[in-house]
This record gives sequence, structure tokens and C-alpha cells, in this order.
Amino acid sequence: MKIFSIKQILVIFVLVFSVIYSLPTFYSEVPSWLTSMNAKKMNLGLDLKGGVHFLMEVDLDEVVKTKSKKLSNDIRSQLRKEKIRYKKYSHQNNNIYIEFNDNSFYERTEDLIKTSYQNTFDINKININEMEITISEDALNELRIAAIKQNTTTLRNRVNELGVAEPIVQQSGKTRIVVELPGIKDTTRAKDIIGATATLEFKMVDEDSDAYAAEDSNQISFNAKLYYDDAGQPVLLKRNVILTGENIVDASSGFDRNSRPSVNITLDGPGAKRFSKTTDDNIGKLMAVLFIESKSEQRIINGESKRVTRKYEKIISLATIQERLSKSFQITGLDSPKQARDLALYLRAGSMAAPMYIIEERTIGPSLGADNIEKGKISVIIGLILVLVFMVYYYRVFGLFANSALIINILIIISIMSLIPGATLTLPGIAGIVLTVGMAVDANVLIFERIKEEIKNGSTPLASIELGYKKAFSTIADANITTLIASIILFIFGTGPIKGFAVTLSIGVISSMFTAIIVTRVLANLLYENKTNLKTRKLNI
Amino acid sequence: MRTIDINFDFMKWHKNAVYVSSFLILISLFSIFTKGLNYGVDFNGGTVIEIGFENNAPIEDIRNHLVENNYTKSSVQYFGSNKDLLIRMPNIVSSDEATLSNTLVAELNNKYSFSLKRVEYVGAQVGEELRDQGITAALIALLLIMIYIALRFEYRFSIGAILALLHDVFLIMGIFSITQIEFNLSVFAAILAVIGYSLNDTIVVFDRIRENFKSSVAENTDTISITNESINQTLSRTLITSLTTLLVLASLIFFGGEILFGFSFALIAGVLVGTYSSIYIASSTLLMMNISAKDITIEIDEEKP
Repeated sequence: MKIFSIKQILVIFVLVFSVIYSLPTFYSEVPSWLTSMNAKKMNLGLDLKGGVHFLMEVDLDEVVKTKSKKLSNDIRSQLRKEKIRYKKYSHQNNNIYIEFNDNSFYERTEDLIKTSYQNTFDINKININEMEITISEDALNELRIAAIKQNTTTLRNRVNELGVAEPIVQQSGKTRIVVELPGIKDTTRAKDIIGATATLEFKMVDEDSDAYAAEDSNQISFNAKLYYDDAGQPVLLKRNVILTGENIVDASSGFDRNSRPSVNITLDGPGAKRFSKTTDDNIGKLMAVLFIESKSEQRIINGESKRVTRKYEKIISLATIQERLSKSFQITGLDSPKQARDLALYLRAGSMAAPMYIIEERTIGPSLGADNIEKGKISVIIGLILVLVFMVYYYRVFGLFANSALIINILIIISIMSLIPGATLTLPGIAGIVLTVGMAVDANVLIFERIKEEIKNGSTPLASIELGYKKAFSTIADANITTLIASIILFIFGTGPIKGFAVTLSIGVISSMFTAIIVTRVLANLLYENKTNLKTRKLNI
Repeated sequence: MRTIDINFDFMKWHKNAVYVSSFLILISLFSIFTKGLNYGVDFNGGTVIEIGFENNAPIEDIRNHLVENNYTKSSVQYFGSNKDLLIRMPNIVSSDEATLSNTLVAELNNKYSFSLKRVEYVGAQVGEELRDQGITAALIALLLIMIYIALRFEYRFSIGAILALLHDVFLIMGIFSITQIEFNLSVFAAILAVIGYSLNDTIVVFDRIRENFKSSVAENTDTISITNESINQTLSRTLITSLTTLLVLASLIFFGGEILFGFSFALIAGVLVGTYSSIYIASSTLLMMNISAKDITIEIDEEKP
């Protein structure tokens, strides 16, 4: 009875394993027992299956700016409420500067801010009567993290509305979000949906002041802001916001009785409560619906190109409140059914905490993707055949051993690529496999050349095999470890497709060491170990 | 048994090799600094659009369209065949760069029928980052490799290896600068792969030199002939591996398509230059640093007192 050695068992195990797990990549129809073993096709990158990749930059400075403005307003009104008088109050570069006449006011303000805002602010004493209030590092971080999170969630909701299979929306680094949409055809629409930030705000019209007078004199009360309606008439709106997009839980587009495009809105609990109270209190008065869009633009400021976010606000509807409104209602005044449809989508998906813009796009059309797969396949197959033929020509039987190792090596790369979650095969990844094919035989070449040397030095065939493998080992290890260092660095610093190259190259380097050393050895032993005539016969190398 | 039996006096030429290489590196550096590299959108920022036509592409018409519609500094060229066009546009401050491609494609769609194959837009800031990241990655890789070799061999070996690698990198970049073939992310990946490959070669030679040093202590052979012998012993392996790698790269450059052209080209140049550098540059440096069998054997004596 024959007993298998540990190496033989290992080789058989690896062979079975890699055949099973690489099968789904070669055949689309796989038996169910295979799928039940978690065997699946390799994930293809966007450059192979077609699709869009966007990298979005979230403008976090804008978030901090908005937040600090809001906090400053809060503090100011609180000071007024507490009857704390100050000589000078200013808000610059996200910091608040307050100058008092009296030190007791200074201390009361300090207490007030510490008790009502806890760790949100750091207070720096400029002098005995003057303080600088800055938002603390912790609060800033929290704010940024929350903003990115909210933007990611909203983006994901929007992308889901596009109806793309297996989209990816995830944070990348501290300020970025990656969006990948496989197989999408209408990239313009995708860009619109992803890049736009549009929301609504509901405000009461300030009917106590004269808007025309305000426009002429430029004297506008602290509580109001000047806007223009569709006809270009000035309108003063109260600063207080009744409702924002954040209170909207559902929205759908349609048409009103006069077949004008409209959006049907449903509010959340607190929003509905506030809205019905305000409308109840203000029956007969004018309410405005503001459509707010943020657009990011590049401007040259002091010779440097900078991103600025501009806010476009437009009154889309100005109507007298007829009755108390509740949870659901309809707004009109939109330019087109498309604008209504998009607005409904944005409102449904939730609001963006911060403006964003696309800083990188890579779109691959489906035909080019299929083309890339075809080209990748052909170059792997032809490259492989050339190497296989050369190895047999040059090394005879040992060439066959090396070839078996090479084929098993490719199967191992494919099966590991299909097993690692998140690993994707890209066109550079295929190039990595092709390169591995060329380089993987190196270990065998090293071993075989050593064996030849030993034979020349007069060792017996068996001893030559033994010594060849032994002496070549440290060289192979050193050479492969340094290649591995290069490919790991490539993986860490590379992006997108380059990562794909690094992945296949790293897997290939590791598995080639196994196949070139162990697999060929097992085969060589099988063939030569039990042959008694070997002492006289020559090795076929 | 097929063997490549060459007993060539490589080291006889090692000084000349250093001169030739220094000269080539100077030319490369000169070209890199004067002509520069033809950076693709990856590193420079900008937009690239590839469109495919059923028949011959109306390249002149599209060129005119770009001029008429004020797409400044844009260019159009055939890509792979005369059915495919590649349009390049630089980033323009004060316009919305990200939607530039949509605008142009929509305009062209009104006039011609074609299929949109590829759009790549890289913002200026991202391009700069990718370039910085690339340089950092290459430097870290070189440093780690240097440390590894210094630990496994001796510090002079690591200097030899690094000089050989820098030699390869400069020459490849020089070739890209002189030919003005686009230098993009995949070319950069190829250069890192060349670093790995060329190092492979160098280490195989070094390993032999070390081994021969160890066995030569008693015989008191001189360093030059040991180095020469080591190179000759590893020569057949060096040539065969270069050959198999070149075989697959030939397949890649012929059948892999336009997108992989720069990548395959850089690797082919790298394999050729790398094979030469590991034979000459790496070992010449060793000789110039006066390495001898003693430097290696002292270590061994210390290991086994």
C-alpha cells in the first residue's frame, strides 16, 4: 500500500481547492453544490464590466462655517435674553470675539457658555474684558464626522433611486466619498443626481416692513432678508425658518389641478407639529417656499485657484395661508416636470450636510469593458502558451513539472481572488497575472539551473535534485520577498486599478513560491525517487 | 541537457559599463528636466474622452468643433485605430470641470453618432496628490528594500542594489521623456514592478557572490574573478527568466490593447535595462566599494564562535 507524504497531501489539497474555487470564473453555469461551498465568480472591476467611478470631495469648511454662524447667532440671542451687555461683538473666521465694559459680564458669559454648551467651545482670554470663543477640536471633529456620514447616507439613498445593481457608496479618507455605479449608461443623469444639492426652506414673509423701501435704502432689519420673486419684485422674508428639507420624510412629484408640475410632501412628527402650529397662527398671511441650490465653483482668489460654494436661493412659491396645513401638502412653482422629479428625489433621499463636488471621474462604456476582458484573456493565453512551449523545449520533463506548477499557480490566483471579499480583477490586475506567469517560472529556472550544475559537478541524479532545491531556496526566498515588498507598497499607496495590479502580483508571488518549490518537487520525486536505475540513467533536464 | 555555456570576462568591462551608464543617465536626466514627461490626466489633471465610430472617425470635423466652441488647449488624436478618437482637455479654472465632458459629448451627439467608450476626469488637486503619493511609494519601497538587503547581506550590497534600481528608474523615465509616450498611473505601476523584477536579478547575482565568497576564503581568490564567476554561473538563469518575462510582455504589448501599451512598454524597457544593470551596475558598485571575501566571512565567524 502506498502512503502519501505530507507534501503530496498538501499539493492534492491545494489542487482540489483551487480547481473548485476557480471553476465559477470559467463556467457561468455551475452546479449548486459549488455555490453552496461559497464558490463564486471573480469580481470584475469597473474597467472590465463598464460603469462609472466618482470621487467626491465633501466641503467640510463650509459645514464648519455654517455651524459656527448658527452657534454665534444662538449665543448672541442668549446674551440678550440674559441681559448681558457687551461693547463689541464680532464673528470672524469661525471665531467669536466679544468685548465687555465690565468684567462681571465677562465672567457671566464664560459661565453661560460653559454650562449651556459644555465642551463645544474653547474660551481664550484676550484681556480682562475681551474674549475669543472658538469651537473646540473635539466638537469640530464630531461635526465633520457627522457631516460625512450624513452625506454618505444621502448619496446612498439617491444612488438607490437610480436603480443600479450593486452600487458602492463609501467614505474614503477623511473628506471623500467614493461612488461606483457598475453598468450605468446615462452618466449625465448620474452626475446630476449625485452632484446636486437642492433643498427647500419654508419662511414667513415679513409684511410689517416695506420691501421696496428696504431695497432702496439697503436698511434691512436684523430679523429679515431680502429676496426677489419670479417677477423680480423684492420680498422680505423672516429669518426664522419654519421648515427645512430635514423635516421631510417623503416626497413625490406629480401635477396639480392646473397641470403644473408639483411636489407632494410628507413631514415627520416634529416638523408636522411645528408646521401646523405656525400655519394655524398665521392664517391670511403670506408664506414663501425657498428652493436652495448649492453649487461649487472654482475661482481665482489672490492668484490661487480655490473652490467656493455658492448658494442659489429662489422663491418658488409665495402664497397666502388659507387654512391650517398638516403632515402632507403640495407645493408648486417649479420650472419643469424634471425639476419637480429631481427635487422630490433629493427631498426623499434626505439632505446633504455639506456641499460636495466631483474631483475624479472614470467612466468605462460597456463595449470597452467587454473589449478589455477579451484583450486581457487573449494576452494571458498567448503569453502562457509561449512560456509553456519554451519551458518544455528547454527543460524537457522538468519543463513539464514547471508547467504544471505554473497552471496550478494561475488557478490559485483566480480562486483566491474570487474568495477574498472586495478583491476585484481589473485590467492592470490581468497584466499582473501575465507578469506573474513570466516571473513565476524564475524560481524553477533557478532550481533547474542548480540541478544542472550539480550534475556537471558529478553528483548523482537524485543528489543533484536534492542539492538543487536546497541551494536555490534562499535565493528564491530573498528575490520573492523583495518583489513582495514592492507590490505591498503599491497596494498601500495605489488607487483603483493599480491596487488591482498589486493584489494579483502579491498573490502571484506568494503562490508561485509554493508551486515552484513544492509542486515541482513532489512531481520530480514521484517520477524519480523509486527508480533504481537512476544511478546510471541521466536526468531528462 | 541544454545549457548556455558562456564564460565571458564581464568584469573586464565593468569600468566602461559605468561610463556608458553614467552617460545614459545624464541624457535621461537632461531630457527629464528640459523636455519633461508627458504626464497623462492621472498626474496632471484634466479630462480624457474616448469615443468610437462605426467607420472612420471625422477627426478634422471634431478638431474644428473644439476650436469653434472655445475648448482651449484641447487635442484630438486617433486611439488604436482610425475608428477611435481620444480627446484631451486640460482643467479650466472657473468652469465646472467635472461636467465639461458631459457638455462636449452632448454637443457632439447632436452632430455625429458614436459610442462613448471612456471618460476620465481628474481634478487638479487629485492629480497632484497622485503624483506625491507615487513618489512617496517609490521612496518607501526603495528604503524598505535597502533595509532588507542590508540585513540579509551587507550594507554595501544594499547600496549596490539601490544604485542599480535608481539606474533602471532613471533610464526608463528618460526613455519616456525622450519618446514622449504618456506617463500615467499604470506606467508608474510598471516602474514599481520593474524595481521588483530588477531586484530579483540583482539578488540572484549577489547571492552567488556571497556563496562564492564563503567557499573561497581558503583559496584566497581575488574579488574580481569571484564576481565574474558568479555572474557567469547565474547568467543562464538571468537570460532564461528575462526571456520568459519578455515572451509574456510581448503578448501583452501586442494583444493587451492601447490602454496597456505604456504599461507593457515600460516593463519591456525595464526588463532589458534591469538585466543589464544587475549584471553590471550592481556588481561594479560592489567592486568599487572594495568589498572582499573577508567582509562576508567575518560575519560567519561571529555567528559560530
